[in-house]
Amino acid sequence: MLLWTKRSRAALLVAFTIVVVVVFVAPLATVVLAGLAGSWTGALPSNLGFAHFGDALSGENLASLSVSLQTAFVSGGIALVLGTWAALAARSAPAWLSRVTDAVFHLPIAVPSVAIGLGLLIAFNERPLLLGGTRWIVILAHAVLVLAFAFSAVSAALDRLDPAYRQAAESLGASPLQVLTRITLPLLLPALGAAAGLAVALSMGELGATVMVYPATWKTLPVTIFALTDRGQAFQAAACTTILLVVTLLALVLLGRIRGRAALR
Amino acid sequence: MAAWWVVPPLVIVLCFVVYPLIRVCLESTKPNDAKPDSSTWSDVLGSQAFLDALWRTVAIAVTSTLGCLILGTFLAIVLAFVPFPGAQLVGRLIDTVLALPSFLITLAFTFLYGSAGAVNAAIASVGGGDAPMLDFLYTPAGVIAAEITFFTPFVIRQLLASFAVLPRAQLDVAASLGASPLRVLRSVVMPEAWPALMAGGSLVLLLTLNEFGIVLFTGAKGVMTLPVLIYTRGIVTFDLPGAAVIATVQIVLSLALYVSYRVVFARVMQGRGKGDVDVVVDQAK
Repeated sequence: MLLWTKRSRAALLVAFTIVVVVVFVAPLATVVLAGLAGSWTGALPSNLGFAHFGDALSGENLASLSVSLQTAFVSGGIALVLGTWAALAARSAPAWLSRVTDAVFHLPIAVPSVAIGLGLLIAFNERPLLLGGTRWIVILAHAVLVLAFAFSAVSAALDRLDPAYRQAAESLGASPLQVLTRITLPLLLPALGAAAGLAVALSMGELGATVMVYPATWKTLPVTIFALTDRGQAFQAAACTTILLVVTLLALVLLGRIRGRAALR
Repeated sequence: MAAWWVVPPLVIVLCFVVYPLIRVCLESTKPNDAKPDSSTWSDVLGSQAFLDALWRTVAIAVTSTLGCLILGTFLAIVLAFVPFPGAQLVGRLIDTVLALPSFLITLAFTFLYGSAGAVNAAIASVGGGDAPMLDFLYTPAGVIAAEITFFTPFVIRQLLASFAVLPRAQLDVAASLGASPLRVLRSVVMPEAWPALMAGGSLVLLLTLNEFGIVLFTGAKGVMTLPVLIYTRGIVTFDLPGAAVIATVQIVLSLALYVSYRVVFARVMQGRGKGDVDVVVDQAK
């Protein structure tokens, strides 16, 4: 504890509050307010109402939301399965192979998402695997980008896992499959839930790779929001962004609550 | 037998991540359809648009990173060492920003600081005058401000993790021996925080170099960065070889930085029982 005088402590907290409000609260609040606003020419928005939210939840915007949700859950699911598999298997692999896996799985975080999108566009726009122009190239792009986060989250959770449970089960004669399904995966469940929430959240907001590969029939919500701002419909864009925000937060909270019996220790 | 279970997911990732990136590098060596006689590489690397974008990308990334480090250090120190009611809520809020789309910040800034935005309207109603007071949104400064907002939480997470392992007694002893708060910060807290700052700073530098949404939503011709240039070349004008050249440059740049980040991070985590980069991403939860 730093020993501050009462006055300097108060001054510091005031400065802190101002910074947090200006930097973090104001942008989030502004987007929500702008979504509610009919117009915003003065210091405060005017003509507040839910008209833009009605539009955001109908027609093309609703279709985009549905596309985004489907993409997020399918790609998040793929990434979670693959990431968990790789993270678990890397434990028992030889050291060099484990290091290679770690490096390769983190690659999508390191390179710009636009470059990943460009690569997928070039590589899968031809036979034998023709994905360009279909929804699958968008889902593939999201799965690839989210995979790194899923792998990281599961690896980190495995680091924290107490090996005693696994060793006890093994010493009592449990087969590797039993250890996996009865011990390791239940213990990992909270981490898997949190990773799934993060995966869905990141996929919902993904833009860089999506704009490179999306076909006109599979527009995610961020792409639609960009088109709206490009056409000057900023208020409608704000309403759609608010919806995106709410759905993202819901996914984070709900999937983050997955605990299972193992966590009740 | 168990050793080879890792091969199937590894092969999948090699096919869907590494192979496309190799294809980008190969694509860049193809000649441009419009100008078949000159090589795409010399064409793009010599163009003013590319050089401008490269310089601007690096300048924006470095400035934003410095801003994030300064702001993040201040916020993390207050959060960790000056307990106040609601600190946990603020921590949650800052965590949440990590999972949100970055273009949200640019969108908010247009309503707040745009030429017809709330802040300018407020200033005009108080001080009068027609010309907007704040007009930085469509300049690199606007992008830097947005990136500082969005990426500061990464620095805060790193710093809070390093402060958490700092024994409270050390601070109390230093203070009881008569060290002023600033002196405690300088000679007890900051040496411990230095590696976390390095790791957080290089992560933010990497992410700001690669940032796309914030710049795209700014929509200004004056702030073209490399990722946006890849997009406009590849999708808007459909010059795939040209886009591939820029993408190759950016991939090399980002990978070099990523490797150095991992080296720094491995050093930070030495002796803490964690030897991996995972913990950073894990914190994003």
